[in-house]
Amino acid sequence: MGRFHRHTDGSVHEHDHRDVGDHTGYTQTGTERVSVLENILAENDRIADRNRADFAGAGVTTVNLMSSPGAGKTSLLKRTITSLEGRLRLGILEGDIATSLDADELGGLGAPVSLVNTSAGFGGECHLDATMVRSGLGRLPLDQLDLLIIENVGNLVCPAEFDVGQHARAMVYAITEGEEKPLKYPVMFHACEVVVVNKLDLLAHLDFDLDHFLANLRTVNPTARVIQLSARSGEGMAEWCDWLVEIRDRTAVAGAAGAHPRPHNAALTG
Amino acid sequence: MHELSLCQAIADTVSERAEGQRVDRVEVRIGHFRQVVPDSLLFSWELITDGTELAGCELVIDHVPAVISCQACGQESTLDMPILLCTGCQSSDVRLVSGEELLIASIDRTGERVS
Repeated sequence: MGRFHRHTDGSVHEHDHRDVGDHTGYTQTGTERVSVLENILAENDRIADRNRADFAGAGVTTVNLMSSPGAGKTSLLKRTITSLEGRLRLGILEGDIATSLDADELGGLGAPVSLVNTSAGFGGECHLDATMVRSGLGRLPLDQLDLLIIENVGNLVCPAEFDVGQHARAMVYAITEGEEKPLKYPVMFHACEVVVVNKLDLLAHLDFDLDHFLANLRTVNPTARVIQLSARSGEGMAEWCDWLVEIRDRTAVAGAAGAHPRPHNAALTG
Repeated sequence: MHELSLCQAIADTVSERAEGQRVDRVEVRIGHFRQVVPDSLLFSWELITDGTELAGCELVIDHVPAVISCQACGQESTLDMPILLCTGCQSSDVRLVSGEELLIASIDRTGERVS
């Protein structure tokens, strides 16, 4: 707790609040302290609002899908594309630090795919922000879609912090990740409306305690909807697809009523 | 490492508010639940500002503890984990008082023109 700052010798230290007060009365000649009180992510949130407005204008529902690397987002999406055929017109915005491997895997299955590589800048962003999502929207026929799934960069920390304009956040968790993940990455597990529990076909081969995991999940997110499935075998896919149709119907009704409120920008209450 | 993204956003806003003057100190307010590592933020700030008008500008991080207020028993609790339960009566009917801040609080403009 307290204040952190770095000294010119590179050392970082922390003060108790009481040591330094609030630094008011700082009297260096000519220096003026100006109160700003602006959200650091204000610009991101403005772009997210523009994305949201574009989604509303095109009548497309958007789900931000997150997970750790290797939990099975792409495998889930492959099955989702074929399972939703005839029910919803689906598009995918594929976020990856580098390569088009996932986008290539999803291409040719009947859904338009737009790839956003995040590797510009400092060796690859670990998340999609609203601007990156916006940069990929032009390559999608939004007007012809009912549902857009944004496959975020595999990471259990950073993606939870960035509003990209989505209607709902969902995550894929694989039972190979261990029971304790909700406690280690509580903000991510808390931020999602749906937690897909994947790789259920491996249950018999692992020392994995599903009830223990579910109890940990309930601790950080008592209201999350849990969908147990195997993207490999297809077991449980129907429930996932039903939820996608449900969220589509829910937002379409809200859109028709002209109500598209922006969610409060916060990791926990967002 | 979204600290780099945060620092870029801080630098953009600070440059806008600097009104052409040198800024030698920026104070940010970061809530405990915002998944920001202070040391990473300070390191990223040096990387982002290096070679810019903000080079050498001090970044001060005001860490805000996560506090909930129980609507059932009235107790305030400071939390480490984002488990929104009253530590007194275990009620989940709680209100988050602080801990989600992600703000640029203030900047110090020196009066010296840099642009």
